Parts: sequence; structure tokens; C-alpha cells
Amino acid sequence: MSGSREAILDTIRKNHVQGDRARPTVPLFDQAAPADLKALFQKSLERMGGKMLTPDAADPMAPVRQAIVKPGPVLSCVPEFQGDMQITPQTKPTDIAPVEYAVLRAAFGVAETGSLCFTEKQLLVNTTGFLPQHLVILLDPAQIVFNLHNAYQRPEWTQAHYAVFQSGPSATADIEGVLVHGAQGVRSLSVLFHPAS
Amino acid sequence: MTAELHEELTDPHADQLDHGAASSRPLKSRISEPQPRGAKIHGNRPVDQSEAANRFMAATEHEAMHDARLWDLRQKRDKEMHGIEEWEELRNLASGIKEHTLSKLDYYLELFEKNATANGIKIHWAKDGAEHNAIVLEILRSKGVERLIKSKSMLTEECGFREFMAENNVEVIETDLGERIQQLDDEAPSHVVVPAVHKLRTDVASVFAKTIGSDPDNADAHYLTECQREATRPLILSAQAGMTGGNFVVAETGTFVVCTNEGNADLSANTPPLHIASIGIEKLIPGLDDLAVFVRLLSRSALGSPITQYTSHFRGPRKGSEMHVVLVDNGRSARLGMEKFWPGLKCIRCGACMNTCPVFRRSGGLSYGATYAGPIGLIIDPTFNVHKYRNLPYSSTMNGSCTNVCPVKINIHEQIADWRKTLAGEGEISPVKKVMMKAAGEVLASPVVYRASLPLGRSALRHLPHFMLYNKLNTWGRKRDIPETPKQTFNEWYRKNRKQQDEGKKS
Repeated sequence: MSGSREAILDTIRKNHVQGDRARPTVPLFDQAAPADLKALFQKSLERMGGKMLTPDAADPMAPVRQAIVKPGPVLSCVPEFQGDMQITPQTKPTDIAPVEYAVLRAAFGVAETGSLCFTEKQLLVNTTGFLPQHLVILLDPAQIVFNLHNAYQRPEWTQAHYAVFQSGPSATADIEGVLVHGAQGVRSLSVLFHPAS
Repeated sequence: MTAELHEELTDPHADQLDHGAASSRPLKSRISEPQPRGAKIHGNRPVDQSEAANRFMAATEHEAMHDARLWDLRQKRDKEMHGIEEWEELRNLASGIKEHTLSKLDYYLELFEKNATANGIKIHWAKDGAEHNAIVLEILRSKGVERLIKSKSMLTEECGFREFMAENNVEVIETDLGERIQQLDDEAPSHVVVPAVHKLRTDVASVFAKTIGSDPDNADAHYLTECQREATRPLILSAQAGMTGGNFVVAETGTFVVCTNEGNADLSANTPPLHIASIGIEKLIPGLDDLAVFVRLLSRSALGSPITQYTSHFRGPRKGSEMHVVLVDNGRSARLGMEKFWPGLKCIRCGACMNTCPVFRRSGGLSYGATYAGPIGLIIDPTFNVHKYRNLPYSSTMNGSCTNVCPVKINIHEQIADWRKTLAGEGEISPVKKVMMKAAGEVLASPVVYRASLPLGRSALRHLPHFMLYNKLNTWGRKRDIPETPKQTFNEWYRKNRKQQDEGKKS
């Protein structure tokens, strides 16, 4: 409705907030960043309800296999792990619905909040991050940034059409403040530190 | 709705979280009590908030749970705040960024439109709620959509969107648990972040028993949440369109950002082939550096968790799908020109002012009878309808706590005072207040009469029978005891103890 567009913009121009309101410069607030971001990431992730898997140097994918404890289809979106299903160009978003576990790799992690960033590049089909019952996620420790200011310096934001921070599993406390995981999205989220090959 | 209870994960029963089998936190049993309903709406007549608040307070189980739950959120917010050294700097930045954007809003809206359009998003402009609803209906009709899944949006509440779609035979499914409870109970959300916070779990059990067939005798929060998940999932998978709101709009990248804890916005946006986002024009911010400030502040202020479980960034449609953004004014561009009230446009809808407000915590959000409740509602609602919401700015103790917790530093309590002045100036004042103000005005206008009245008032307060102080005209006497009155006024004390001393110093 182009008439409304012009009417809205005209009213805004007429009513603009007056005075000098320069755009503030936002610092990165990262001077106190610890050398070991892994420990901080783990602490933050656990606070958000996520689980950290213990790495196994002899058999790197063993922790992933051990995390898969419930029956049902496993979907892998990473080359390191073999699942039961394949994503093809014909896969529809709703085809992910029966998946019990999806194995994904995060683009990067944020230590401040225990967040994992995914874009359509890692998800392949965007619903792989939300429709499975459980997620097992590989994160390269070299791809952890300290805080959200650092996170928004990354290139993903201007490359992807869709990008999401997942910080722990789906959660709700809408009924008397009682925390329940798996309100709509995934019921659990586990992370394994595993360098990208 | 997140980290506040994550200590439960170390609980030996924590695995129950997985099954919806039982509550991992034993909740005390309590008497069953019917849910108090919100303010009675009579067309355009002024809403009587205190009448509805009295009914909420009379429902003691509801009032106690509501008060405790929201105060808990406030305390968690404080804990988060103390964990971040630069907290006050972030608040200053957030306020400065919003003020800057509002001073160049036309520029940033056009910049967003240009960048989003270049990435394949279709932009629409709506001057009000009716136009918003018509635009969305047209998009839905062009795709033959019969079922729409939706995440929570206060803007669509403003627009009366659900009612409109029901009249036009489009089924709307709310996917946020709290909002879904409210939809199934045919009630508006009572809080911007936790829409069903005024309901006891027994109220939810009775709503779900009637609507989605849960066991009416099972009021366990895990069970009820699981029932809702199972009932909603087939609807998510079969919907032809999804709708979200937008918490922040980044002009320089053409991105809009949605924050949820349930992942329901991501499901709504990514499952069907059509995504429509309804966004108020005040949600604009310039760039990604600015976004970091707001993402750090939002959930910490709202729930005392470091970030929402999901922070989702939409910059363009998926392959084979469509993405539309409806930019809605609905009074915002006019508010920009209100000298005293434009700072309300900085609001990021975190609800911190509600959680901290003693009036809100004890009266429930539905008592305000308006889309926005609590302190932020007191200063926004009258901009929509000055007559209907003229009583709301009086539902405040003026303690200023709302202003202190606001992450974007809106001067909420000062605006409440300014609304009282503005309303009196416009003749929008109730008859009882008019009589009392006139009498008070005469006394306060003259120092001589005022001083003479004080010992009288003091002695009167001490000796008047209870019923004269706690009557229907004195709304402040309800639910409160007047503090004990001092034996002398400050002036009397000063004259007796200090005056000669001070005058001695001067000479």
C-alpha cells in the first residue's frame, strides 16, 4: 500500500525527535576475555540447560554414539558421523518431523551465553535445528568467540539468509514458572568439542 | 522462561524433564480457586482498573503466586545485572541507539526496505491495525492458506488480528505455550513476556481439559506442556503459512530478529513455505554492533537469563519459499511528535517494569483492560485512546522502580506524572478525583492555610474512626494502613530545636 508508505514517512519527518542524537559507538567489552574460552562456554551452556559430552581421543565419534540412547531415526548433517537418513535436494522441511536425533555442526559458539550459531549452510534444511526430538552438536573449539559483541563481528550475518543462536534446548516456564524442556523445539541439546576437519 | 530454574538440572529427578512425567519441583498443594477475570470493558467508557484489581486481590491464591513469580523474575534480573560490569554502560548505549534511530527513523526505515528487498523480502506498509490485517489476509488468500501458525506478537494483539482472521475463516494457531493457553481460554495475554502468568496450573488444566482433551485432574506443568506439544505439532506440520513478530530490525543488513525460548518462532518461520512478519516501525536499529547491546539486555532484563534459548535472524526467504514483512505504524509516527511521551517508543517489550511494579504484581495484567499492562502500559495506552485509558496513569505508587530497571532508560514514572497533568488539562479526570483535587488544591495553594491544616490533619488521622479513613472515596486507604502520624510537623520541630541555632549561625 504505497499511499500508506508515504503517509507514514511524511508523519515521521514532521514529528522527528529533535536535538543532536549522534549514533553511539559500541565497544567490544572484551578486555577481560579469559584465555580459555572452552571452560566459560561449557559453564554458560550448562546454565542454559545444554549438556557437554566428554571427548574421546581414541574414538572421536564415540561420545556422539553414546549420547544417542533412544530408538528412532538419526539424521546426520556432518561428514564425521553416519546417520540413518540422507538430506537430498528434494527433502521438505516437514520430512524432518520423524527424526529422533539430529547431528549438526555449529558455525561457531559464544562463551558468554553458551550459544551455538547455525545458518542454512549447517542446517541444510532449516527445520533440522527444531523438528528433531534431540540435537547432538559438534563445535570446533577454535570457533568460540568471547561475547555477543565479538559474535556480531563474524561474517555469517551478511552471508546467510537465516542464522540462529541456539542456547540450550527449547524451554518454557509459562505454567507457574515450572521449567520444562521441549516446549515446541528440541527436548535436549548436547555439545561435543570436535575440531573441523 | 529459562535459566531461572536450571539449577533443577542437577536435581536427581532431572531426567523427568525429558518425559513430561512429573514435576521436577514439588509444588505446594493449595485450595482450588476460580480464576479472577480481567477488567470489565464497556465500549469506550473509562476502564476501572482498581475494580478488577480488587477482584484479583480477593483471589488470594492467584495473587500470591503471581506476586511471588514476578518478584522472582525481578530478583533474577538483578543477579544477572550484577554479573555484568558494563551493565549501566549498556543501558546508556541502548537508550542512545534508540534515540538516535528515532531521530532518523525515515532514513533507517528506507534503508531497511532497500536492503531487505534486495535480499528477496517483500515489504508492506500499514498505517493501522485494520490495514495490517487486510494486507496479511490478501497474502494468505493469494496462497490459499487456511491454517496459519504464529509466534507471540504484541503488535498483532494491538491489531485484533486473531479476531479478524476468525471472521475471515483463517485458522490461527498460537505456538507459544503461554499465548496458546490464552488463545484457548479466549483471553488476552496478561504480560508481554509471560502471557499466562496470572493463571494457576489448575486454571490451565481446566482450559486444556475443555479444549485439547487433557486429564482435568492432572495439573502437573510437565504433563500439561507435553499435552500441548503433542496437540500443536500436527498443526505446525500441516499449516500453509507461518507468522512471527520481530524484536529488532537491523537496517544496515536488512535483517529482522526474533527472540523466543520455545523455538516456536523458528518452527513457524521454517516449516511452511510462507513466512509473514508483522513489525512495529519503532523496532529499527542501525547495525549489527547495536544489535549486540540489545540481545545482551533483553532476556537478562525480562527473565534474568543471559539470552533467550533461540535468537533468530531472518535476512531473506529460503529457496522455494516467500518472506513478507509488514511494517506497522498504528499511532507510532504520531507518538513521535508528542514532546513528553515519544521516549515510550524506545521500549523493547522486556516486561521488567511489570515484574518490579507493586501494583502490577498484585493486580494482574488483565486488570488494566488494555493491550499493554503495567507501567509501560500506563504511558502507552492513553496514546491509543485518552478517554478509555484515563484512569490508568493513577495505577502507580510513583516509586520509580520501573524507571530504574528499564534497559533503555525510559523515564516511565516521570511520564506517568506527566500523563496525570495532561489528562487533568484535557478534562479527562474522574468526578471523585476532581472534587478531592479541588479541595487539596485550595489548601496547597496557600502556605498559611496548609500549615494551619497540618496539625488538624495529624490529630484527625490519630483520632478519626477507622471507617472514615478507610472508605470508598479514599482509594489509597484500601489494602493499606496509613503510617503512624508523628506528634509534630517538621516545621514545629524545626522551630523548637534548630531555628534559633540556625539564625545564630547566620548573624
